[in-house]
Amino acid sequence: MATNVVMPQMGESIAEGTIVRWIKKLGDQVDRDEPLFEISTDKVDAEIPSPAAGVLTDIKAKEGETVPVNSVVAVIGAAADVSSPDTSAPAAAPPSTDGGSAPSNRLPEAAVGQPERAQPAAGAMRPAGEPRRGEVTPKDDLRRQKSSPLVRRIAKEHDVDIAEIRGTGISGRVTKHDILDYIESGAAKKQAAAPSAPGPAYRPGENVQIVPMSVMRKKIAEHMVLSAHTSPHVYSVYEVNFARVTALRNKRKAEFEAAGAKLTFTAFIAKVAVDALRQFPIVNASVDGDNIVYKKDINLGIAVALENGLIVPVIRNADEKNLLGLSRAINDLASRARSKKLSPDEVQGGTFTITNPGIFGALYGLPLINQPQVAILGIGGIEKRAVVIDDAIAIRPVCHITLGYDHRLIDGAEAGRFLSFVKERLENFDEGWI
Amino acid sequence: MDLNKSPRRELEIRRLGVMKYADALELQANLVEERKAGRIPDQLLLLEHPPVITLGVRTRNNRSHVLASPQTLEGYGIEVFETGRGGDVTYHGPGQLIGYPIVDLKPDRCDVHRYVRDIEEVMIRVAGSFGVTAHRSEGLTGVWVGRAKLAAIGVRIARWVTSHGFALNVTTNLRAFDFIVPCGLTDRDVTSLEKLLGRPVEMADAEDAAIRAFAATFERHVVSGLRTAAAGPA
Repeated sequence: MATNVVMPQMGESIAEGTIVRWIKKLGDQVDRDEPLFEISTDKVDAEIPSPAAGVLTDIKAKEGETVPVNSVVAVIGAAADVSSPDTSAPAAAPPSTDGGSAPSNRLPEAAVGQPERAQPAAGAMRPAGEPRRGEVTPKDDLRRQKSSPLVRRIAKEHDVDIAEIRGTGISGRVTKHDILDYIESGAAKKQAAAPSAPGPAYRPGENVQIVPMSVMRKKIAEHMVLSAHTSPHVYSVYEVNFARVTALRNKRKAEFEAAGAKLTFTAFIAKVAVDALRQFPIVNASVDGDNIVYKKDINLGIAVALENGLIVPVIRNADEKNLLGLSRAINDLASRARSKKLSPDEVQGGTFTITNPGIFGALYGLPLINQPQVAILGIGGIEKRAVVIDDAIAIRPVCHITLGYDHRLIDGAEAGRFLSFVKERLENFDEGWI
Repeated sequence: MDLNKSPRRELEIRRLGVMKYADALELQANLVEERKAGRIPDQLLLLEHPPVITLGVRTRNNRSHVLASPQTLEGYGIEVFETGRGGDVTYHGPGQLIGYPIVDLKPDRCDVHRYVRDIEEVMIRVAGSFGVTAHRSEGLTGVWVGRAKLAAIGVRIARWVTSHGFALNVTTNLRAFDFIVPCGLTDRDVTSLEKLLGRPVEMADAEDAAIRAFAATFERHVVSGLRTAAAGPA
């Protein structure tokens, strides 16, 4: 004999209710007046008791569903009519996995978790009202199928494979608790990899203003945290005499301007960096698991500071350009970055990055690698300094250049060779390279 | 209990002072069972919570209305609690009068909307007793002054016995609401009696006002708890 459970009328003006939670699961024993489900209407949550004793044999309204008052949301049946394979339990009794034991030899409790109409004898042997416990151990996947619709929904929402979760429920069934713990621990693991937070950012009542991050800010934050966790960063700083480059720049500046391009120090550095990348392919590479991925194209990223952020437009095939071409590309990308007119593909596919903390006055910077690249070149400020040349003190424009590199691929010796190459080329820039 | 003998049902007041959210939950659960069994009369618990952010059933899996990071909250002892009540996220803390009525709505008040409107009525009367004109806002549960929320409501009902209830900002540090989007409403403000009046308000005065307003609205006879009656902790 089955009893229909209806959405109760919780007030005169209430026409519908939302099922918030099923306290009892399909197949559970319920006593009369035992809490069966929770509903929610307008700031009020109400616990609804079962109108009858028996077994919850059918759930017609899922959690989150809103149904009209007096519509049937569940059916309470006598213990023997547990069925409704469509909603939760597997349609047929699972095949026995414990080899020798025929169904008739099973312990009475062993069959309880299965559709009982297939096991009438076993069902009959169970004292009425006894909670269902200790099922036969079915195949793993079969057991997982028995996870409640709620658990399966959560698994789907979070893209989690239930088979990966150790179930603590009946017969290893994955309970809501198990899956929530699993999801939380997954998130916790990710967080554990991060350096432990230095405590809260502010106290309640402290005089602060809280402003949500812009999309760009969030992306930069994510990207930088990722980089810090991905690459073991090592830095080398070299001092470069910029006398030669300064002289060349002064000499050829007007000529470039006539051609519609601004000849900048960055262009000289870009030219030399591209040559160095040709020479040292490990610096123009990526890590892919246990593989080193050498990038055959040299796509040079140039970091551009924006009002509230930073963007790195990319000069594709930078090694195919001469100094004039590089100058044009840098000017063009930088101005379009500032006017927000870059297309998405112009900020992707970089294989190496140059950044310029010197323009803000830094002696040198220690930049984070732009993943999935493995190195980044930082340009410090170019300033006249006293330097010793042939045991005499001279005044020369000096620049500190930094290579931040991923020690997984690049060792100090290789980085040193790379930077020495860059230094050598900048200090002895051949006019023919222009 | 023979209802015919007394025209008004009894209401027992419990002034609990500052009580941790978890402890108050447990106390409520016990009192709900006692009330269901008819072993105690209707109760009105009045208390304050240490700083805590609570999530209603619908926000258990969506914490986007909690703005502060878990580290920020945890580091300063602000708990985050998942509750069985209705409603979205809210903040409780010192200076906020919490009222948890454990009341049997049977037989004549079995209407959840009416119950919520009655709790709003209680809050409006309390505000009125301090000279503040508060009102309901169509479609938004709670009590408002202008576009600012003065009192929040979140209620749970099991077999028509109520739990959870209201939170009235008396002298609450309103900056704490910066941690959350109160009740999921992004374009509304939060206020307190202190802010509206421009002077501090004694919590005990607010409690007295709440007791009187509750007794009047729910037609209950206060049997203990008013300071003028059987006062003081047991």
